[in-house]
Amino acid sequence: MSAPIFAAIAPLRRVRRTDVLGSLFSGVSGLAALFVVLMVLVIMGNIFYFGWRTVTWEFLSQSPRAGMTAGGIFPAIFGTAALVILMVVVLIPFGVGAAIYLNEYARPDSWFTRVVRFSVNNLAGVPSIVYGLFGLGFFVQFLGRHMDHAMGLDVVWGQPALVWAALTLALLNLPTVIVTTEEALRTVPGEMREASMGLGATRWQTIRHVLLPQAMPGILTGAILSVARGAGEVAPIMFTGAAYFLPYLPTSPTDQFMELGYHVFVLATQSPDVDATRPLLYGTVMVLLLLTFALNLAAIVLRSRLRARLAGRT
Amino acid sequence: MKETVVERESSLPGPDTGKDDGHGETPVNPSRVTAPRALVPERPGGAPRETRPVALATREYSLFYGAQQALKAIDISVPTNSITAIIGPSGCGKSTLLRSFNRMNDLIPGVRTTGQVHVSELDVFAPATDVVDLRRRVGMVFQRPNPFPKTIFENVVFGLRMLGVRDLPELEARAETSLRRASLWDEVKDRLQRSALQLSGGQQQRLCIARCLAMEPEVILMDEPASALDPTATARIEELILDLKTRYTIVVVTHNMQQAARVSDRTAFMLSGSLIEYDETARLFTNPQEKLTEDYITGRFG
Repeated sequence: MSAPIFAAIAPLRRVRRTDVLGSLFSGVSGLAALFVVLMVLVIMGNIFYFGWRTVTWEFLSQSPRAGMTAGGIFPAIFGTAALVILMVVVLIPFGVGAAIYLNEYARPDSWFTRVVRFSVNNLAGVPSIVYGLFGLGFFVQFLGRHMDHAMGLDVVWGQPALVWAALTLALLNLPTVIVTTEEALRTVPGEMREASMGLGATRWQTIRHVLLPQAMPGILTGAILSVARGAGEVAPIMFTGAAYFLPYLPTSPTDQFMELGYHVFVLATQSPDVDATRPLLYGTVMVLLLLTFALNLAAIVLRSRLRARLAGRT
Repeated sequence: MKETVVERESSLPGPDTGKDDGHGETPVNPSRVTAPRALVPERPGGAPRETRPVALATREYSLFYGAQQALKAIDISVPTNSITAIIGPSGCGKSTLLRSFNRMNDLIPGVRTTGQVHVSELDVFAPATDVVDLRRRVGMVFQRPNPFPKTIFENVVFGLRMLGVRDLPELEARAETSLRRASLWDEVKDRLQRSALQLSGGQQQRLCIARCLAMEPEVILMDEPASALDPTATARIEELILDLKTRYTIVVVTHNMQQAARVSDRTAFMLSGSLIEYDETARLFTNPQEKLTEDYITGRFG
């Protein structure tokens, strides 16, 4: 029985065909990668080419005029800033808190932890328009209306408003912040926890003075990425607070507001004079893109600074 | 909460607490109150009767990771102001035993213990024991230097700050004392506000010792404190350990038998979760009572 086994093994020979296939695949995948760069260049080039003339100080500092065929976008910039600031104020405590619970307090394989993780993952997969409808149904129609009822007010809270749009966006970004914070906490070596607890620090002191400072680059990254994303999302806010046009700036959380992303949508689809609106549209998109890039850049700079400080290189 | 209470009651009778009941996370505390004196082992072949007060003691102490038993009914007592080495092959439970004295094993899910551990008069696993307070009394130095990514000064005063000490002159005074005792002061006095991560490995480990000394502990547990260091740095750490003996009780886990022989007064030899032999270092290395000990120290296994 043993002899035929050895006889059956043929000497190995190099097969050229796989080399041809290999170089073919590397060529195709290289082209796919190049395609991504080209797309970015085309989008950016187009927008900056048609937009840069529009973006002037007047454009940035004035309100829309003449049925939005002239004037600037200041109310939309202001509204966007108010929206994301309010969103971050709500988002960070909840997101970081949940991540701390999951990573530091919860038993990793308990029933409750698994339910929470399952929920976070599913929350991340919900389309943004569904968040918009949820915000309308839950925050505006249910929560807002009941608050009005309880406080004996006329319609104050029970209508689309800055606060409800911010809460809806916060919900949308919650998974991002939880996941990035958890990742950041996980990269803090277990030795740090041991060192701190071994010196008689409580669990909370360990989190507050050892883990959070070291996780801060990751937490900030998550926060800024969610701001960048929040500034551009239209679907979650179109039912919950964004306005087509407002002659005044929002001064209270119950006011409606104009927003850059929604303004782009409005200019692109609702304009009475398409040709007059086109330069404004390009300008608005350019401002939105620059804002997003600036935020991403800030995230990168902040993260590398904090990392350098943690590594003792300052 | 309810679950914990039930478990405690069921484990109170004592001897049969070794059963694996699946509720692994809560340490089981059979709270038999015994005076520490009675914890000095009197078995033949054990250490001679000790006249100094007992700093650390265990009695019938066992520890389980889930269903696996990592420590098997350990009886050991460590006199104050002495250096005790724990030796044994990897995985014999020496680090686990060390970490029992300040309950660092609590951080590992699924750990369950039976029997008793005392730090002088304090019953370590008693329900009334404050773990945070225990860890201030029983300091720990780890295998790899693990300074925080903070300044040298903030590293030394970390524990004090956590204790609520805010007075800067007091913090500075204590930092200097601790750094001097850890024989690091002269090297770092001009750069206390620099990052601790800029120090060399040996300096970092001495900083970790200083950080621990700042808490004025009674006992210092060292888990292979020199295993990540070069020979020169190791020599300095060993010298430091000998210096510290006058003020503190020290327990050192080491896989290095020469190190155990050089620094310790007493040595405990462990094998697969059991304490095989515990005696004065000179006697254990020259005239071991157990065959297993002799085989290990002569290099026949491990």
